[in-house]
Amino acid sequence: MSINGAAYIVGAFEHPTRKAEGQSVAQLHAEVAYGALQDAGLSKDDVDGFFCTAAAPGLGPINQADYMGLTKLRHVDSTDMGGCSYVMHVGHAAQAIKEGRCNVALITLAGRPRAEGMATGTVPRSWAPNIPDDPFEIPMARTVVTSYAMVAARHMHEYGTTSEQLAWIKVAASTHAQYNPHAMLPKVVTVEDVVNSPMVADPLHRLDCCVISDGGGALIVARPEIAKSLKRPLVKVLGCAEATKNQGGGQVDLSYSAARATGAAAFAEAKVKPADIQYASIYDSFTITVLMQLEDLGFCEKGQGGKFVADGNLISGVGKLPFNTDGGGLCNNHPANRGGMTKVIEAVRQLRGEAHAKVQVPGCKLALANGIGGLLGHRHGAATLIMERE
Amino acid sequence: MGTMSANRAIPAPKEDPTTKPFWDAARAGKFLIGKCKDTGKHFWYPRGCSPFTLSNNVELVEAKGTGTIYTFTVMRSKEPHALAYVELDEGPRIFTNIVDCDLDALKIGQKVKVVLKPTEEGGAPVPMFTPA
Repeated sequence: MSINGAAYIVGAFEHPTRKAEGQSVAQLHAEVAYGALQDAGLSKDDVDGFFCTAAAPGLGPINQADYMGLTKLRHVDSTDMGGCSYVMHVGHAAQAIKEGRCNVALITLAGRPRAEGMATGTVPRSWAPNIPDDPFEIPMARTVVTSYAMVAARHMHEYGTTSEQLAWIKVAASTHAQYNPHAMLPKVVTVEDVVNSPMVADPLHRLDCCVISDGGGALIVARPEIAKSLKRPLVKVLGCAEATKNQGGGQVDLSYSAARATGAAAFAEAKVKPADIQYASIYDSFTITVLMQLEDLGFCEKGQGGKFVADGNLISGVGKLPFNTDGGGLCNNHPANRGGMTKVIEAVRQLRGEAHAKVQVPGCKLALANGIGGLLGHRHGAATLIMERE
Repeated sequence: MGTMSANRAIPAPKEDPTTKPFWDAARAGKFLIGKCKDTGKHFWYPRGCSPFTLSNNVELVEAKGTGTIYTFTVMRSKEPHALAYVELDEGPRIFTNIVDCDLDALKIGQKVKVVLKPTEEGGAPVPMFTPA
């Protein structure tokens, strides 16, 4: 059952904080929910569908719905696929709306890893009890950054990708971030700045890594009749797909991600192709994450990502594929260590024509948001969302 | 002059009932890997079902303990250490560490051999690799 045209994104809000010393996680969720409802021109009691992940405090959606006083819910979904969950939730919301299970879906993400002093990517940690691979990997000091670094090392080995090419991704993000007053890292950096920054885990330098930030964001997805009754520009959901990729019992291939499957499925559902996309939000936990997705989504051939991102090709107004015009996770915000929400929000801004004038893609009609959750290459999920300005 | 791998304290693996035989063998100095008896293929990490057929027609078999580095990274922390996927001669690519070596001299494709490394608090040793 296709969701093409089944729903619209009518509200979007990104929390302005990047360090939430004065708010609890539940309160941050409430603030982003309120912000997105205000943006849409709707109120709390219009919400009859609620989507969140394990980043929301409590048991599934129950405690957070209670905190926010959501008393009209008749559809809930707390499917968690890490940072890409919120991209996927838009698709789930559109599906639920199409099936008549809800009319107005609220999707929230919030967290405060920075205020809590969490060493997100550099300290080994288990994500949950009873994970069967943990006994074999926690002793090996598996971390987020080392997992992505091994993907980058292999990409360099197989395709000749260079640190300078990866650095261009950060350069593009920082070029956009200078116009975002809320960006954590608004300073424009050069390729030299990136490759000369301290090595964290070869071949990833400090500036190849995203920020650790607090805050969050929320989206409102509604059925077409409701969307058309509101005063906001119409952002239609054309297609959405999700997939996971794993180690295959040891048949590990780090050369591609689950975005290969989700991109193909989402483009088919949206009935468009990569060359049609005018703006792309690409999950940027690390520079290599972006490179991998661009190849797997079909913006360039496998192995050609390094050449594709070089020389400013991702910079709005300069290159062929403007990406992450808010500064992305690399420079702006990676709230709760989950970047999927802000990816959708910036795509919505672009489609509405509400991105910063310096980075707005003129006449942006077709945008994509892609997320990766988990550990790239070997064990992760991906979600691809394609949206159209109507 | 390279960067020698640190002798970091290795956390004990949290054993579960299904993979207890693997850890018991490791304590006895043996490195075992999974084998699917339906397909004859080896797999990693050890588990009670085949990742190829999902049946429980699996066994643990002793591995040769040799392979090549598929990819690796060096964590540049206070205790520098190398994490890697090693492709075993039996086929599976396994998540591990490369130890007792000059970290700056490691290369993808390099031949390595297993070394069972003791873990903290008397935990079972874990399979790591060192240049062959």
